Amino acid sequence: MKLVIERREISSALLRFSAPIASIGVALFVAGFLLLASGVSPLEAYKEIIIESLGSIYGLSETLVKTTPLIFAGLGVSLAFRMQIWNIGAEGQIYVGAMGASWVALFSGIQTHWIMLTAMFFAAFLCGGTWAGVAGFLRARWKVNEVIVTLLMNYIAILWVDYLIYGPWKDPKGFNFPLTAQFSDTARLAEYFNTRMHSGFFLALFCALVLYLFIERTVWGYEIKVIGSNQRAAKYAGMNTGMAIFFVLFLSGAIAGIAGFSEVAGLQHRLQHGISPGYGYTAIIIAWLAKRSAIGVVIVSFLMGVLLVGGDSLQLLWQLPVAFVYAFQGLILFFLLASDFFIIYRLKFVKGGAHV
Amino acid sequence: MFEILLDATVRAGTPILFATLGAIINERAGIINLGIEGLMLIGALAGFSGTYLSGSLFVGVIAAFCATFIAGSIHALITVQLRGNQIVSGLALTMFGVGVTALFGKSMVGLTIVGFKRVAIPGLSQLPFIGKAFFNQDLLIYFSFFLVFMIWFFLYRTRWGLGVRSVGENPAAADTCGFSVSKYRFLAVTVGSGFVGIGGAYLSLASTPMWIENMSAGRGWIAVALVIFAGWSSPRAMLGAYLFGGITAMQLRFQAMGTTISAHILQMLPYFFTILVLVISTHRLQKGASQQPEGLGLPYDREDRK
Repeated sequence: MKLVIERREISSALLRFSAPIASIGVALFVAGFLLLASGVSPLEAYKEIIIESLGSIYGLSETLVKTTPLIFAGLGVSLAFRMQIWNIGAEGQIYVGAMGASWVALFSGIQTHWIMLTAMFFAAFLCGGTWAGVAGFLRARWKVNEVIVTLLMNYIAILWVDYLIYGPWKDPKGFNFPLTAQFSDTARLAEYFNTRMHSGFFLALFCALVLYLFIERTVWGYEIKVIGSNQRAAKYAGMNTGMAIFFVLFLSGAIAGIAGFSEVAGLQHRLQHGISPGYGYTAIIIAWLAKRSAIGVVIVSFLMGVLLVGGDSLQLLWQLPVAFVYAFQGLILFFLLASDFFIIYRLKFVKGGAHV
Repeated sequence: MFEILLDATVRAGTPILFATLGAIINERAGIINLGIEGLMLIGALAGFSGTYLSGSLFVGVIAAFCATFIAGSIHALITVQLRGNQIVSGLALTMFGVGVTALFGKSMVGLTIVGFKRVAIPGLSQLPFIGKAFFNQDLLIYFSFFLVFMIWFFLYRTRWGLGVRSVGENPAAADTCGFSVSKYRFLAVTVGSGFVGIGGAYLSLASTPMWIENMSAGRGWIAVALVIFAGWSSPRAMLGAYLFGGITAMQLRFQAMGTTISAHILQMLPYFFTILVLVISTHRLQKGASQQPEGLGLPYDREDRK
């Protein structure tokens, strides 16, 4: 008997659909051992995650609060994925988006509610877009690796926001805490049901719809898809790939930047340290799990929202560090990549000698 | 003043040097490893725990190597055996590293150990200007000098090194010549990861002898960028790592002198310079002959061979 790897002639739709679910399952199982090793019963922890995030109206609202920035960032990253471009910088783009929105809220002096929110929205959009656009320009012009540039710019963005809130933008009445003054009511999104849930969630859903239509129903979307699947063919067809790379990274960052707007206008009502606890990194998993589909991004963002709210409660109950969620997310990705292999190949026992 | 600055440069550059060398071995065999940041953290924690529990720095360094060797084998299994996406697998490794070290490092926070001490090399440490900075250092730094030479020697003067380079340049041709692509790639990823782990251990055993959550602070990513600057060569990696050590040392010096420039702005400098250097070296790479391994980032499947 000998074990050989064989390519499947057709990869079944059932397998493709069930593989991501199976990988989350296996990741949960393996993460259970990590929990056991730190002295927490995995079953109780998982029960706690579900109860805290879905078991009550408040829990559900908190899950949607976390889902909101994840949808924006996930959409941004997955748009770039479409073109085989890696935007690992959603985290930084959220920060500069939040910075742009906060600048308008604090210093523009606009008095009308909807003008204020629109201006904040576009400031975040432009800031996030410009931030990613730098990487887009470098990639399009000189083929500089966008993975490294977008990632390093995360560190710069976070330090820049820190500089502002520890320095020039610090609230003079804030008892020296590193945060800006609170926004006035004109710069706040609507909140619902006496919870922290805000209209940013619906904006995120709307954004997913617009992006879906953009990709599936416009010429630009078509070009992005062509360039993503075969850059050389796209060039022969007369498409300007350099321009498209810049444009897609700009848009990708701009959408992630909206998450920053939604966080400061809907939730925090000021710019402060740690405005995003890693949403931009979670967005990479969301985009990969969603396999390029905008609806997929919404669904997976919700799942990750559940995980983040659950992770917070694990921290409160058992003092598990929040970063534990990253270990879990890493495991999901590992098993997802492994499952991709079994979609394309199968293992087969063959009797006797060599197969090839 | 110059001597102090050069000394600080070498000390700040060493963890990045180990990480860059490890990444070079990975990429020479054709595998992109974006898990460097996570591996450094795993190495830092394993090194610290190993030393804390055994009382021996040597055990700590071995523990760091072994832990990252094992963590690296996850990346190797996924990218080499299962032909998975190298970028996603590397990012997953970084996330996994950040999470797992936060989880298991919790009990190590606040503990202290006696870190590596300086050992002066007689004669050489008396050299003017460079003597103190290069030859009055700790053993790990001397090991890094040795490693720079060994990796060069290994890659260009041994049959195994030829195997690593050829599976990275043209895996199909290497396969035809009888080099096992999967074996060479697997070992390059795992051993390379082990060296990255020693870089992490340098942080927790020599730079600041303690464990701090997320203590690598982006050094792993700087190392990934430096591989391109170094043109996949170990002696040039040394130059690159010390360049960044120098920027870090200067930034710390500025802060210590009580400048009015915000510390946050100064802390941006290493990241900013990394991007700048990356742009320049990528630009240069395209003008001249490219040193980038031809097969970098591409999974190899014998059935696809043309």
